[in-house]
Amino acid sequence: MTRLIHWLLLVVALISVGLSIAIYKHRVLGYPLQSEHIEPTWIVQARIQITPGSGPIKASLKLPTTTPGMGQLRENFISRGYGLTIQETGPAREAVWTVRRATQRQSLYYQAVFYRDAINQRFLPRPGFPEVPSLEEPFQTAMLATVEEVRRQSADIATFTTSLLTRINSTAPTEELALFLNSPDYRGQRVKIAQEILAGARIPSVQVNGFYLADASRTQPVRWLAVHNQREWLFFDPATGQMGLPENFLVWWVGAEPPIDVEGATLVDLVWSIRRNELAALDLAEQRSAAHATWLAPFSLFNLPVQAQSVYAVLMLVPVGAFIMILMRNVVGMPSFGTFMPVLIALAFRETGLLAGLVMFTIVVAVGLSLRFYLARLHLLLVPRLTAVLIIVVFLMVLLSLASHSLGWEVGLSVGLFPMVILAMIIERMSIVWEERGPSEALKEGLGSAVIAALAFSVMTLALVQHMAFVFPELMLVMLGLTILMGRYSGYRLSELLRFRVLARKSR
Amino acid sequence: MIRLYRELKKRGVLGLNARNARYIMPRNPRRYYPLVDNKILCKRRLVEHAVAVPELLGEVGSQYEAGHLANKLADLDEFVIKPASGSGGDGILVATGRYEDKVWHGSGGRLLALSDIEYHVSGILTGMYSLGGQIDTAMIESLVHTDQRFRQLAPEGVPDIRVILYRGIPVMAMTRLPTRRSSGKANLHQGAIGAGIDLVTGLTLRAVMSSRQVDLHPDTRHSVVDFQIPDWETLLTIATRCFEAIPLGYMGIDLVIDQDHGPLVLEMNARPGLAIQIANDDGLGCRLAAVDRLDNPESRSAQERLKIGLELARDDWGRK
Repeated sequence: MTRLIHWLLLVVALISVGLSIAIYKHRVLGYPLQSEHIEPTWIVQARIQITPGSGPIKASLKLPTTTPGMGQLRENFISRGYGLTIQETGPAREAVWTVRRATQRQSLYYQAVFYRDAINQRFLPRPGFPEVPSLEEPFQTAMLATVEEVRRQSADIATFTTSLLTRINSTAPTEELALFLNSPDYRGQRVKIAQEILAGARIPSVQVNGFYLADASRTQPVRWLAVHNQREWLFFDPATGQMGLPENFLVWWVGAEPPIDVEGATLVDLVWSIRRNELAALDLAEQRSAAHATWLAPFSLFNLPVQAQSVYAVLMLVPVGAFIMILMRNVVGMPSFGTFMPVLIALAFRETGLLAGLVMFTIVVAVGLSLRFYLARLHLLLVPRLTAVLIIVVFLMVLLSLASHSLGWEVGLSVGLFPMVILAMIIERMSIVWEERGPSEALKEGLGSAVIAALAFSVMTLALVQHMAFVFPELMLVMLGLTILMGRYSGYRLSELLRFRVLARKSR
Repeated sequence: MIRLYRELKKRGVLGLNARNARYIMPRNPRRYYPLVDNKILCKRRLVEHAVAVPELLGEVGSQYEAGHLANKLADLDEFVIKPASGSGGDGILVATGRYEDKVWHGSGGRLLALSDIEYHVSGILTGMYSLGGQIDTAMIESLVHTDQRFRQLAPEGVPDIRVILYRGIPVMAMTRLPTRRSSGKANLHQGAIGAGIDLVTGLTLRAVMSSRQVDLHPDTRHSVVDFQIPDWETLLTIATRCFEAIPLGYMGIDLVIDQDHGPLVLEMNARPGLAIQIANDDGLGCRLAAVDRLDNPESRSAQERLKIGLELARDDWGRK
């Protein structure tokens, strides 16, 4: 009983660990389930040009903070001769370049790569309630009147904000709003007006500055309004009052202050440029996993050199083939030569393709078998005889390749890695079965081996299986769990249903 | 399909997976395997426990000895050469009489020259017939002359009787009758007849050939059903005593009846096949379950175990 529990626990543990790592990698790190999956990334660059003054220079640039629905891969600072420090105050980050002396016009660069990341929904921490601002009259009265009016016509904070923004953008604004819109302090600053009035209603809000991610060699930050409704941040387009961040909006900095501050020099230009980049989802996931320094990163097969990768791409399929072998033998009950020979044949089929491989397999085994019978009459000892069969097999394969080449049938050339030793062993084993148990048994086992090999090959070459085996090697734990599960399968094999069916006919 | 599965389950038919997982794995300690897989070791062990076996006339353990086979065979007119670790009756060579110097009569009217025998022996030595292909020993054994009373059922070859012992208790038996189709081999795969035996009476119950039910022997037209197996009690007693020699929980004992020496144990098998169920028209599962309901049957004497087995058989394994 304890053995049974032990076994069940092991199976459940292996399968759940394997599956949860795989699901984590897929969901959180974004490893794709399909190999061709392509995801866009954006390289956003800020170029600062300054003309130095006489003294030391200090230039600070606000760096991107977290955007809901976006993730950041890596960032680069290019600034020759400048000292660089990154200051973090709460969620805000700022790069500070400093230099004691500079002569010519200087360019400083900041570059970061962003990708879409639906999992990341973090933004600023929950803010406190703002104080009702005290403005100069008549603004104070106008503000309070507007708050009163908008509140009356809205249900919650979201509708309050939408309704307010619609009013601000209206072609015929109310008198109170017109006061704001026409004043020199507020002209053109819809976000600022909205913030004053929201504060009047004690609704926390911030100005959000960012970019629509689209190819652009020169672009300007766009202002958005973020409002907190005590549960989450809501984003509003100040120009339309629409709620919700568009899919490809990147928040760069928060607040009404300019993103750059230069001391000791004149800011000539600040240019933002955006370049879209297509990246295979897989590479993206790899980079992301490395960038976030997840504990899984060192276990990825992508860390291996490329040649080793291609070897493992094949090796990781062996468990899959072996599992099919288990199913075919312990559940279906199909006869075959050797335990893993069909899996090895299936691996060989990868080189030749299924049809050509089967034809090759049949020809080599058939011819080899007849020559083996001839050799048997010479009374050779086992090892020399096996070697002779092996040499014949190699020879046959050379002949096949030459023949297919002269016929312009190039597939015969890829036979090179067909496991000759395995073929020789199959021939030997088949000939013994042939002599001892008769041709029908030998053909049955031979056919069984070919069928299992073909099946294993078909499964192993599925793009999905190859991709999953390589990208999610932890699924091997699942395979191990299933194998151990199958290890105690004590039900009938399909072939036994056939074999014992006479026993089922008449019950006592 | 599912109906068939349920039906077989209900009848207690044992499948290979269940046999391996539930009976062989827990009941057959690995350390006894060499004793049954190597027929020479098995024979020695059985002789130590005073179980009658066909006489071992010699063994050939190296290619060098194979070259000097002539000396060993010089005085032998009839003999059997088999691989010590052979499986499924593979690699057995039978010489039934001397034709001339260094030539013997083989099975099926074939003549065997010394060189043929040497080749066969060296094949055995290189592991051609052994379970894992490892180097093997060839054994020379005295030829069994089948009891006359068996002859009408088996005009050629050596019929044998298989008894399944579970925890030392005989649970099922059958006889395997060679036919012309099986070329004298008592191997069901090759077309021999398998006939289930009533444990209590020793009468054959029903016979199958290649999974088809047969009533008459195809070669002699003699009925193979309701045939009284000669020396049945002795056969069962000997088979049951094998458990003392090698205490494997689940094993098959293959016996033959020699004209001169009576019942002999030919070999033992740690993984006996399941075709015996078809020959008996009954599943092994419920019989094994009946034995499992007993309290420590292994501790009983051979005589008691046989008695228990027969009682269980009379009670139809607790199904009555």
